[in-house]
Amino acid sequence: MAVSNVLTTARTRRRTAATRARPGRGRLTPYLFIAPAMLLLLAFGVFPIVVAAAVSITDMNISGLADWHNVNFIGAANYVKLFADPDFWQALGNTAFFVIIGVPSVVLVSLGVALLLNRSGNWFFRSLRAFYFIPAITAIVAISLVWGYLYNTQFGLLNWVLSLVGVPPVQWLSDPVLAKFSVALVAIWRGTGLNIIIFLAALQGVPREYLEAASLDGAGEWRQIRSIVVPLLRFAIFFVTVTTIISWFQFFDEAFVLTNGGPLGATTSISIFLYHQGFQQSAFGYASAGSLILFVLIAVITVAQLRLRRSDVDY
Amino acid sequence: MTTSLSALRHRSTNRRGRRLTVVIGVALAVGAVVTAFPFIWMLATSVKPQSESLTYPPTLLPHTPTLQYFRTLFTELDFGQYLANTIIVVLIGGVGLLLMAMAGYAFAKFDFRGKQWMFFLVLATMMIPVQVTMIPTYLILNGMKLTNTLVGIALPTLVSGFSIFLFRQFMSTIPTEVLEAARIDGAGEIRTFLLIVMPLAKPILAVMAVLTFITGWNSFLWPLVIANDQHLYTLSVGLSLLNKELAVNPSLQMAASTVMVVPILIVFIVFQRYVIQGFALSGLK
Repeated sequence: MAVSNVLTTARTRRRTAATRARPGRGRLTPYLFIAPAMLLLLAFGVFPIVVAAAVSITDMNISGLADWHNVNFIGAANYVKLFADPDFWQALGNTAFFVIIGVPSVVLVSLGVALLLNRSGNWFFRSLRAFYFIPAITAIVAISLVWGYLYNTQFGLLNWVLSLVGVPPVQWLSDPVLAKFSVALVAIWRGTGLNIIIFLAALQGVPREYLEAASLDGAGEWRQIRSIVVPLLRFAIFFVTVTTIISWFQFFDEAFVLTNGGPLGATTSISIFLYHQGFQQSAFGYASAGSLILFVLIAVITVAQLRLRRSDVDY
Repeated sequence: MTTSLSALRHRSTNRRGRRLTVVIGVALAVGAVVTAFPFIWMLATSVKPQSESLTYPPTLLPHTPTLQYFRTLFTELDFGQYLANTIIVVLIGGVGLLLMAMAGYAFAKFDFRGKQWMFFLVLATMMIPVQVTMIPTYLILNGMKLTNTLVGIALPTLVSGFSIFLFRQFMSTIPTEVLEAARIDGAGEIRTFLLIVMPLAKPILAVMAVLTFITGWNSFLWPLVIANDQHLYTLSVGLSLLNKELAVNPSLQMAASTVMVVPILIVFIVFQRYVIQGFALSGLK
């Protein structure tokens, strides 16, 4: 009894002392709490970059995977080969196309829909929101199959609808030019939901008083949106633009399931190129070199945008 | 005189405004139907007999609805197995959730050496696209002999810098006094975390749990890359293999898509608030 009492007081005293000496408190505890997550993050978030850099200067392939002795150092050969590879340039061009078509479409459509949805807070407008969000949360594979069925040349619904107005069958996914647009359309349709949510959240932050004051001053609704709402949404628009650009640079799923990069590589984005090189040709070294270039591209563009943003006025 | 005039003008703009609201409402309703149409088409086709889903012109509603393709999926094809695998991957994701909550708590409520740069590391990983890490991660998993396992499928996406960040943001709002009180009452660190911190963090946990479920359920790239054996396929991989079926049997395909989409729709309808909150939070990134 006495012993346990002494023990408890000792423990309490130690604990209070520890609590008082803040920085040293429970020296190991925080490390134990963060260790599992940090280790996983290091293993799958940081370490792969190092591995990619290392592998990109070797000729690592399927035989290298089986036995490390088959891996040879080849310096910058992968990078040299990459810049001479017409397929890589085509993939770069396609990615640029997707970014140029996709980003403005997604940003403008989601901003427009969010502004319209925000017009009224009644139950009807609220319940409509869900419909616009659904594409963003459903599995891309399932969705791509559904679109593939809609796009089908022989029995697809879209061609039937067009035939009603006298348009001949369209080769949605087998015409090299049109396939780019068809694939991009699915990604645009899917990409808006998340951004609509972000814009709607940002619109909550626009003070009602500003709009009322403007309306008393005789500003029409369009004028209010242009001169008050959009400037106040600056940060949200900037944020959505940056994340949308990044996601279109990584464009993969829709094209992978709908066309697998075809026809004739017309929808092969950088990501699909990397996937084909890495997992179908097993050219791990070559693909790693490509992925580092993608990484540098995304980093440069993100930093450039952040710079632009910093020189921008703040409200 | 002037007041009544301005009041008059106000009323007329009000009426015009209301009419505009109705027009916008109708336009949005049309847009909503168009947006949701692929899902309606999927559901309708999934219960059409094969012959009907291949007819041209297409029928809008099934004439002779049948559930036979759902039966085919689970009897002749291995979708039961795929479903089980998907559920296991989602559950492993739940473990990741706990680990991220722990890390977020430590970053929010403890001072320790190296905290600054470790947290910077967490934020930095948010910038790295999956395509960059795809091949090296595969090589790492291969080195760990984890390719072709369900753990290997779940591991690369188990923790994310962004979620740790969100947990930290939320945990910072928990009053330190509550934790001190628990410690003075003799609760160990793990007890404090499980019995005090976790219940207080319920709002963020709910959001993260729903988002983790959705991403785990939908994940495609890692199952595709890591699973070579058919008995390890998840729904998304099994579904993508049905791609070749399109020319032959759209009904079967749409039935499989329905199996994959409907659970997510149910989760969305039930937890809509959390999903939207989570997405809006991701705007803080």
